[in-house]
Amino acid sequence: MHIPDGYLSPVTCGVMYAASTPFWATAVSRVRKTLTARTVPVLALFSAFSFVLMMFNIPIPGGTTAHAVGATLLAIVLGPWPAVLGISTALGIQALFFGDGGLLTLGANCFNMAIVMPLVGYFIYKVISSNSDAFSPRRTIGAVIGSYMGIVAAAACAGIELGIQPALFHTAGGTPLYAPYTIGVALPAMLIAHLAMAGPVEAVVTGGVVAYLQRTHSSLIKADTPKKKEGKLWLLWGGLAVAALATPIGLLASGTAWGEWGVDELKTMGLGSIPQGLQKLVGWWPAPMPDYGLPRMAAVIGYILSAFVGVILIVTLTWLLGRWLSRKNTLKQKAPIKEESSD
Amino acid sequence: MKGNDFLTKSISGFSRVLESVVAAEDISRAPGLLQGIDPRVKLVSFLLFIVGVSLVHSLPVLGGIFVLIILLSLTSKISPGFFLKRVLIFVPIFTLVIAVPALFLTHGQPLVHLFGKIIITRQGALSAGFLLLRVTDSLSLGVLLVLTTPWANVLAALRWVRMPALIVDILGMTYRYMFLLLHSANSMFLARRSRVIGSFSGSENRRWLGRALATTMVKSQRLSEDVYLAMLARGYQGEVRVLQDFRLQRRDFIWIIFSLAAIVTLFWVSRL
Repeated sequence: MHIPDGYLSPVTCGVMYAASTPFWATAVSRVRKTLTARTVPVLALFSAFSFVLMMFNIPIPGGTTAHAVGATLLAIVLGPWPAVLGISTALGIQALFFGDGGLLTLGANCFNMAIVMPLVGYFIYKVISSNSDAFSPRRTIGAVIGSYMGIVAAAACAGIELGIQPALFHTAGGTPLYAPYTIGVALPAMLIAHLAMAGPVEAVVTGGVVAYLQRTHSSLIKADTPKKKEGKLWLLWGGLAVAALATPIGLLASGTAWGEWGVDELKTMGLGSIPQGLQKLVGWWPAPMPDYGLPRMAAVIGYILSAFVGVILIVTLTWLLGRWLSRKNTLKQKAPIKEESSD
Repeated sequence: MKGNDFLTKSISGFSRVLESVVAAEDISRAPGLLQGIDPRVKLVSFLLFIVGVSLVHSLPVLGGIFVLIILLSLTSKISPGFFLKRVLIFVPIFTLVIAVPALFLTHGQPLVHLFGKIIITRQGALSAGFLLLRVTDSLSLGVLLVLTTPWANVLAALRWVRMPALIVDILGMTYRYMFLLLHSANSMFLARRSRVIGSFSGSENRRWLGRALATTMVKSQRLSEDVYLAMLARGYQGEVRVLQDFRLQRRDFIWIIFSLAAIVTLFWVSRL
């Protein structure tokens, strides 16, 4: 899932950096809030662990091997925000030093694997395992399902990022400049690969490690039981993440209902860019894709993109507003609190 | 022995990483052209080059950039075999596999007819070329940057571009302890490999992997405790102090002029 440079347009890369920034900022400020002198070595060692984990070859049926990301695992042990920083660091080193994932696409890769993946995975883990003790099988089940959903959500994001490229960035002649596959190809390809292969690998690894930690080092599992307030906040963030992920699904479903409009769209698109090849094209396409699935998908892309950008914008604005308001509140409250504590 | 493939693969993966890092350390200290340039200037200019590569809309220009990169690597005392092996093996081959179906799936003007029915479109061929060349160019720029810059200097440059100190400290320590953990994981795999004669079932192997990973995780947690105590003993108070004394020299200014000229030319040429 490490997208190399060249697959995404610079605009997309910029948008993805912008989308990741509020999460990074939250993570840094969260970690700073609980910052003890221990934080740096703990985070450093766990990102080193995350790097090593990504290098483990895991045997899968059929004789080949695959890699796990371990984002949900790290979130379970460290807590979600430190995990965001830890995995981003590991991805940064992979990109900078080993050319595994690009430098411009680092924002997108971090968004998929270091933000969406641990946050979605952790949220589901939390929902399933809430209030159970460290030895409860619910924790293992939560880890398995959470990590599976986490990696699938990350793959969906990657699929969308890759899939919007040809519709948005092409030459006048219609040549895609970056990743060449439309969302109708890229998204299912990513989803199928991760639903069927990478997802189960991630789930087995995460579940296995959590089960083993429960038996031998339960303190690592228990260490992160959140306070009540934090749990509620998590519900909100997780809900938003799930809703954001659901938007394209809803749009795709409504897209299939616009039957005739899609065919028109195809014709105007074909005429606009490639007049000579149109006859051949129209004759050639319906055979492999009798229901015009692909071009219609391309028409919906704009909606999906705007939905995502909209969600990101609203979240950022709300976050900024919330920060501003809460800062105002703490300024107001600071004096009385100090008095109380000095009493 | 087939069931133990994952052990062998992991071991060779670990050693490849260690090997490439040792090689990179050697190269970054060689007296080459790029090694002599201030890391801050280098970081910024290479990022700009990569942005430039992502903006070019012409295949010959992308090809020309690759030739230029090879020339730069030669003047930086990197043996071409080593460089090409590092750049061309993994990502571009992977990209080639991805790019081939695009030849047929992208619709546009027909370029080549295969077996009468299958058509390679002009747009498909161009698009596959763009993807392949762009990936190769950006990757080789990234590799060139890290090969010619010691890690400590990369960190100093990141600090200079105002990356939060917390992140830079974590990056530095991660890099340092990554190798220790890799080493210990390597030993675990080697030990397993040398003790196993037959082969285990896939599920038994995965169980073992789960235990190995959990053990590595516990090790890293313990190690973080030790590292913290060691830092404390050396006077750590929550802030990492670094010695950094970079001063721009004449060659840095020449490099800046060269990079600016290169980027401007790039845009001018790709617009023609």
